Amino acid sequence: MIDSARLKTVFRTIASAMDTHRDRLCALDGVIGDADHGIAMTLGYSAARDAVDALDDTCDPTALLNTAAKSFLNAVGASSGPLYATAFMRAAACVKGKPVVEDADFVAMLQAMAQGMVDRGKAAVGEKTMIDAWLPASNAARTSWDETANLCESLSAAVRAANAGMEATASMVATKGRSARLGERSLGHVDPGAASAVVAIEAMREALCC
Amino acid sequence: MQTKKIINDGGRAVDEMLEGVLAAHPRHLRAVAGSPRSIVAVAGPRVGKVGLVIGGGSGHEPTFLGFVGKGLADAAAIGNVFASPPPDPILECAKAVSGGAGVLFMYGNYAGDVMNFDMAAEMAAMDDIEVRTVLTTDDIASAPRDQIEKRRGVAGNFFIFKAAGAACDLLYPLEECERIARKANSRTYTMGVALSPCSLPQTRKPNFEIGADEMEIGMGIHGEPGISRGELKTADQITDEMLDRILAEMAPARGDRVAVLVNSLGSTPLMELYIMNRRVSQRLSEIGVEVHATWVGNYCTSLEMAGASVTLMHLDDEMTTMLDHPCDCAMFRAG
Repeated sequence: MIDSARLKTVFRTIASAMDTHRDRLCALDGVIGDADHGIAMTLGYSAARDAVDALDDTCDPTALLNTAAKSFLNAVGASSGPLYATAFMRAAACVKGKPVVEDADFVAMLQAMAQGMVDRGKAAVGEKTMIDAWLPASNAARTSWDETANLCESLSAAVRAANAGMEATASMVATKGRSARLGERSLGHVDPGAASAVVAIEAMREALCC
Repeated sequence: MQTKKIINDGGRAVDEMLEGVLAAHPRHLRAVAGSPRSIVAVAGPRVGKVGLVIGGGSGHEPTFLGFVGKGLADAAAIGNVFASPPPDPILECAKAVSGGAGVLFMYGNYAGDVMNFDMAAEMAAMDDIEVRTVLTTDDIASAPRDQIEKRRGVAGNFFIFKAAGAACDLLYPLEECERIARKANSRTYTMGVALSPCSLPQTRKPNFEIGADEMEIGMGIHGEPGISRGELKTADQITDEMLDRILAEMAPARGDRVAVLVNSLGSTPLMELYIMNRRVSQRLSEIGVEVHATWVGNYCTSLEMAGASVTLMHLDDEMTTMLDHPCDCAMFRAG
């Protein structure tokens, strides 16, 4: 069971992990983008962390996730703003009316988040975007949950799938987002959005299972 | 090694720039109360007029905020460096300039901008503001001609916004403003060349690598790779290469008129821009194309990137009227 106090911890852990990986994400983006992805993700998750930290622990998870969405969006804009904000809003809708997030709900939230990104970004797997990490990760969490009914097992499966998805982006040619313009020249480089997805999903596991 | 910049705090660069802009141009610009990234024209927005909202990432000054003023854009939503503004400041711009005749959103065709402006348009619709959107796609190097919907907006924004702004100022209805904006976009062609990279205030690291004696034709205004990279050539050769591609698409007839924009990407000086314009003028004269008006300078920059772009707008009577319509902005005046 994950109450709002634990959800706050999740955001704190992700924000801290993004800060740790900031320069690495910027460097990855420098190869195929404009070198600011680490800045945007740090900015977004720090804003989300600060906004949810200011809420009372008794607030329901839907209100908390919607607050995270709005604060992330307004701090960042860019592409990652609408994509992550949509993901958090879908997660919020997923647990509407519930006082706490059950473990099964969290797995459903991951799937709703990934679907939200797909809908907002109009991207599919294989286009060298954050979707290449988020979609397999959320599907792996679902498969694992159906087999084990264990959230930490499911999150570990998600981390493994996210990593594999991220690594697969190195052999993809970008067709979406700013790196699309590189075409063949994007080959051999990991997508920074997929790399930050791995950071976020790993941090979720750390916050909820370590 | 970090690049040299005159800044205080990389994270505050955009907001400190805006404070300086508002201090310099109080007759032209104001920020919406409570929304400092929403910059509105002091004169311009009025009842019965379509409101023109432009916007995008910072780092391209005078695009976008320099083109806010009577006769051109009514407001600009300002994002972080090279990043789209989020929906809230865009929505605040729409509300501030809505005069009951609808609002036109115009911005360069980039994935982030499209998502944020679309979200703002949905929010504006809930406030009973009708929004139409016209994306600019003048960068002919950014995608082949049969994939025009994938092309990005660059320096040609200046001509396209100018035409749309004139239509709005003439109190044309929303459909007509949208039509003129689309027509202006379809008749505007830009090619760029980059010589050296820029660096973001937050990272102060070059955003791409290029050899000391190299140039890249077709590079985008965020350092997106272009069409070809090679040894730096002469001004005439570079200009010819860019013009060849532009003219091949525009296909002007003898006697046609164009407007010319020779734009610096940031650190390339006026001397070099005028050397390029000399060649543009020669080439157009050779094929019997008349230059109606020429603008040379910093119109759409990429921080301190070295390089330039050439934009031609293929004029007809309507486009000529729109370009000649007076405007009075903080960083640009006409008529």
